[in-house]
Amino acid sequence: MNKYLERLYNGIIKENPTFVLMLGMCPTLAVTTCAISGLQMGLTTTAVLIMSNFLISLLRNVIPDKIRIPAYIVVVATLVTVVELLLEAYLYTVFETLGLYIPLIVVNCIILGRAESYASKNTPVLSAFDGIGMGIGFTFGLTTIGLVRELLGAGTVFNFQVIPEAIDPIKIFVQPAGAFFVLALLTMLQNVFKLKSATNVEKSEKDKLACGGNCMECHGYQCIANKEVLTEKKDN
Amino acid sequence: MSDMYNVSASPHARSKVTTQRIMFDVALALVPAGAFGIYNFGLRALVVMLVCVGACVLTEFVYEKLMKKTVTIMDGSALVTGLLLAYNLPVSMPLWMAFLGSVFAILIVKMVFGGLGQNFMNPALGGRAFLVASFGSYMNNFEPVKKVATDVAGGATPWDAVDAVSSATPLAMLKNGETVDILDMFIGNINGTIGEVSALAILVGAAYLVIRKVISLRIPLTYILSFVVFMILFGGKGLDVNFLLAHVCGGGLMLGAFFMATDYVTSPITVGGQVIFGIFLGVLTGIFRVFGGSSEGVSYAILMGNLIVPLIEKITLPKAFGREGRKHEK
Repeated sequence: MNKYLERLYNGIIKENPTFVLMLGMCPTLAVTTCAISGLQMGLTTTAVLIMSNFLISLLRNVIPDKIRIPAYIVVVATLVTVVELLLEAYLYTVFETLGLYIPLIVVNCIILGRAESYASKNTPVLSAFDGIGMGIGFTFGLTTIGLVRELLGAGTVFNFQVIPEAIDPIKIFVQPAGAFFVLALLTMLQNVFKLKSATNVEKSEKDKLACGGNCMECHGYQCIANKEVLTEKKDN
Repeated sequence: MSDMYNVSASPHARSKVTTQRIMFDVALALVPAGAFGIYNFGLRALVVMLVCVGACVLTEFVYEKLMKKTVTIMDGSALVTGLLLAYNLPVSMPLWMAFLGSVFAILIVKMVFGGLGQNFMNPALGGRAFLVASFGSYMNNFEPVKKVATDVAGGATPWDAVDAVSSATPLAMLKNGETVDILDMFIGNINGTIGEVSALAILVGAAYLVIRKVISLRIPLTYILSFVVFMILFGGKGLDVNFLLAHVCGGGLMLGAFFMATDYVTSPITVGGQVIFGIFLGVLTGIFRVFGGSSEGVSYAILMGNLIVPLIEKITLPKAFGREGRKHEK
């Protein structure tokens, strides 16, 4: 597969940030009360993610290793501020719905995670594609969760009444608790149908590792997830 | 061949107590309260109970079939959960909501955590909390279905029959500063959810459980006593016996104290832990009833109590003999 397309596939399906990596849970749980706001949040994050991946990849040889995280934060925060001001100027309704969660994109772990694990080691264009893939995956996750919550909790889909109003909606699904139920439910479905992802493919020893077993590229933190496999290997 | 020569592995002395026996004892003990609910609210109360029990058992059966696990519906725990959930609903509850609440109670609260013994909170109360959060207006709708018509020829079916019941629950009336009739509250001639109205019927059931040694009185008594003490201190009426009795008989306190707080799975096993648990529930219920926005607080108190059970057990764990005790001074 083309390496650019591979990045998109990786972000949308194989390492979907919402259902597989379980990253960025704060906006995932908080703003997905309806499909529209999930979509808005996803697209806003995608915009920041593409630009931050691109910029950080450009700067990857300039940023000193020891202070890379603060440097990433500065880049991301700048981009988020730009996006926030743009939204306030041109898409005021989006700005109002998302509110506090726009500045919080700065500390969104998908963005920092991609900067750390991908953009800091790859070329700018490839990193931008990684950002697109991850962003679409995130948007897809948020919109799906928002869609299910909206349908069950309010009886509407993208604000169109689908279930007749005479039937009372199950309000808990548009309340915070409902977000957890829906996220768990969708992740369960994804596991039941064994959609190919980084976590439920069991082909070979190498595939079990989230980093693909390339220790040269490992910064250590991934080992926590791989601990079991690595100890097994050692024992053998 | 004589039985005397049978060889078997230990244990040789077995207790006759099984999950099934306990659960059916609890179900039996719940009968008086349910019977009174049917008498008080009419046949629709029975329909709600049947829907809840049926949904609970069915959910457990379907889940275990789908997951290819041993089917455990015969242990009676789903039956008890269904009954308790029905007792927590007002009689006017739409049946599909009762069904949904039962499915939630069994599927989300109990089965996905590993089934009976693994649930971290009382399934029936979890189902109730789900229904309160989802359909709040229906859960607090204590309007009688229809006043009873004395002449059947008037067109009233037993279905609609409701004995003289006022529209507000006694606790809501207390909260508004109105007076209530203690005797009515004790017998159960009041409005409320299906199973909570009659303190008398609940006490009869509870007495049966105590005699059968299914429950100990430790949790219920510390619960109710600490609640009474809390109400004396903070209830605003001081040592007003009428007020205190109304609060003890009113709402879900009796049902909660004897049937839900004593749930084996979600209450501490240590003696000290049970006392702490009871006091915690009493104080929480008091706080919810006196300072909270709603007039009732038992179900959330028990749910909160369920959540801290692991912590209570951790601090009340007895010391292992010979190893962890204080060193003997010579």
